[in-house]
Amino acid sequence: MTDAADAVLDLLLENARYTTTDIARMTGLDEPSVSETIQSLEDEGVIRGYRAVVDWSEADRERVQAEVEVNVTLDRETGYEDVAERLVEFDEVTSLRLVSGDYDFDMEVEADSMRDVSAFVSEQVAPMPAVDGTVTHLVMASYKEGGMEMDDDDDDRLSVSP
Amino acid sequence: MTGHSDRVDRVPPSGIRRFFELTEEVDDVISLGVGEPDFAAPRPARDAAIEGLERGRTSYTANRGMAELRELVAEDYARFGPTYDPGSEVLVTTGVSEAVDVGVRALVDAGESVAVAQPAYVSYVPCVRFAGAEVVDVHTRRADGFRLTPEALRAAGADEAEALILCYPNNPTGAVMDRDELAEVAAFARDHDLTVISDEVYADLRYDGDHVSVASLPGMRERTVVLGGFSKAYAMTGLRLGYALGPEEAVAAMTKVHQYVMLSAPTPAQHAGIEALRSCRPDLEEMRERYDRRRRFVLSRLDGIGIDCFEARGAFYVFPECPADDAGAFAEELLREAGVAVVPGGVFGDAGEGHLRMSYAAGMDDLREAMDRIESFLG
Repeated sequence: MTDAADAVLDLLLENARYTTTDIARMTGLDEPSVSETIQSLEDEGVIRGYRAVVDWSEADRERVQAEVEVNVTLDRETGYEDVAERLVEFDEVTSLRLVSGDYDFDMEVEADSMRDVSAFVSEQVAPMPAVDGTVTHLVMASYKEGGMEMDDDDDDRLSVSP
Repeated sequence: MTGHSDRVDRVPPSGIRRFFELTEEVDDVISLGVGEPDFAAPRPARDAAIEGLERGRTSYTANRGMAELRELVAEDYARFGPTYDPGSEVLVTTGVSEAVDVGVRALVDAGESVAVAQPAYVSYVPCVRFAGAEVVDVHTRRADGFRLTPEALRAAGADEAEALILCYPNNPTGAVMDRDELAEVAAFARDHDLTVISDEVYADLRYDGDHVSVASLPGMRERTVVLGGFSKAYAMTGLRLGYALGPEEAVAAMTKVHQYVMLSAPTPAQHAGIEALRSCRPDLEEMRERYDRRRRFVLSRLDGIGIDCFEARGAFYVFPECPADDAGAFAEELLREAGVAVVPGGVFGDAGEGHLRMSYAAGMDDLREAMDRIESFLG
């Protein structure tokens, strides 16, 4: 990755709503180069999208999140990729990662209620032939999401100082 | 019957204090008036202070500071060239503020005069006056990028002074000085036998190259006391930790004052300082990178708004020209009507009149909002 792409990506990771103008100001690149850089990051599939980081405890809407450990058994016809391909199709799955350790997939699930989460896991995931077992951890509190701390960080500095 | 001394009378009330009080009266203010980092001290440094406290390490340290801290300070500063003996040429102080006070009192007699390059950090002039010495105001100019020049020193009559206080990278202007420019100042100091007190607390916050120490120039180490600290680079303002480096005799004199007025710098802060120098360099680099982005952002926005600003290349301030004649009145109006606090340059000495100090030690959202507000205020 070029230095420019690196710098632009760092800034978008910090705040995806920085405008190209702001990014140009911060990096010293000109605006067309910033736009081109973002365009090629998107075209190459490095940047897959942009979404809000939400603190559901502050929202009026109910939203239940869970971490699901998924264990699978593979056979000649079924690989990790095949299982993953089926799982990612569900809207309830917000992230899916193959991990090392005691279980195979680390799956994040979101739904409107606890019942929806449990129904999804027990009716959609568990019955899949390759799935051996699941362990569901309901999220009870979230302290950091997408790199952002969920508490309000008060600035306790004096408003004017030498 | 109480009263106060003439020495205190000779020092006017702090302009910063006045502006702070004004700012507190207004709601929803974005402050660009803050002279300290918006980061917390790096975790390992905080942990070291906590661990010291948990182990009950709450005693005084040696007057000069803990030996290990002095060694690390000397080692850290050596990258700028000059080397100092941790045993006799390093004094750990309670922030650079104490080092300025102790330095002036230890090196200058009452009635002598001290040249102060201005605009300047607010404590230099009062410290000189509290020491019973006279201030020679040396005005640096926007036209020179607020660098100190021999012409400015000569024009102010600094050749008659006993000592010279300078600070680069500079608070409030963000100006820096390179080797060839400092060499001319050094020559002036040698020719007129000036002791130099060089406040280098922002040495690690330079964005366009390496800091140059005035003590690294020929014939300068023996006449220079360097002041440095942890407040800015390591975001440790509230821990109050600084140091002085200089020739043995000067440091011994400063230590004599320090031992009576301060005894030793806060012990938990010294533990934090040791850890900062041992392991927190990456934190410093990360903070510097963020300041640099914000610096570029603010300079570019000011340029777009049409506010004239020279390119500040150090510390975390920009020092634009005030769009109105009276910077004090403008700052007050900007505060009350637009909810943005900036500091009028005159607070930092007459040489700062007509300018505004804006600190970019603030989050990007605040900086953007502040610039938007300034833009529509001027609209």
